[in-house]
Amino acid sequence: MIDRKHIGLELPPHTAEIEKGRLRFFAKATGQTDPVYTDEDAAIAAGHPSLPAPPTFLFCLDMEVPNPFAMLDRLGVELGKILHGEQTFTYYKTVCAGDRVTYRSRVADIFDKKDGALEFIIKETAVTDEDERKVADLKSVIVVRNA
Amino acid sequence: MTPLTFDTVAVGDELPELVTEPISRTTLALYAGASGDHNPIHIDIDFAKTHGMPDVFAHGMLSMAYLARLLTNWVPQEQIKTYHVRFAAITQVGERIRCTGKVVEKLEQDGEKRVRLDIQAAGDNGEIKLAGDAVIALL
Repeated sequence: MIDRKHIGLELPPHTAEIEKGRLRFFAKATGQTDPVYTDEDAAIAAGHPSLPAPPTFLFCLDMEVPNPFAMLDRLGVELGKILHGEQTFTYYKTVCAGDRVTYRSRVADIFDKKDGALEFIIKETAVTDEDERKVADLKSVIVVRNA
Repeated sequence: MTPLTFDTVAVGDELPELVTEPISRTTLALYAGASGDHNPIHIDIDFAKTHGMPDVFAHGMLSMAYLARLLTNWVPQEQIKTYHVRFAAITQVGERIRCTGKVVEKLEQDGEKRVRLDIQAAGDNGEIKLAGDAVIALL
């Protein structure tokens, strides 16, 4: 069982840059053919300063740290036992290539079901831009298969 | 195409559905690289087997990205206010993902006219993989 003392644990903040090449790679990997996401002229014509980061991309840049699974290590959870249970995004502004975004995450809750066969980790992340304006809030439910 | 407006959208309206190509091992390798999610459970069959899985399986966030395409095909992305899914079932290699959505509520929120959508992603046999909702601002 995960030690409940970790509820409230704050993870070290980190900052990541949104890169054009990476956005094009993400578009390819997700079958995105809308030129707004790959062609800068189309993005600008749509009112963006550059290629926009698509809706789920902010989740990805939270992994741009030396050990993206550091939280699991800290909680003593094996990577092979986790499943993604739920994901929520609340958006405040669209960010684009060239923007730098900062991630501040905390372990909001840990609980179990089925007599501990399944444990749930709730991770909440606030994403802000270089001017400390809110970009998005992310909430992840991570399921740990103990049985 | 006429832009969607709050007044022209009705509860029950369905979004144009989106069906992906079958998810291959290449799809998973590309998504691992592009997303930065290098969890070997999605790309390394040896790792998957030692963790009780018969094979690698698709990243839930890959289907959430597909479902986001359903939304951004319907409205510009800056109109998406919230986007939530529950991952209900694992997606296996070879499956196509069918993304659908419909308007379930019209509301005023934070001084904006908005609609709530029920959205889902299903596999080849109709099994629900992701189910959730999104709130979209409309003029």
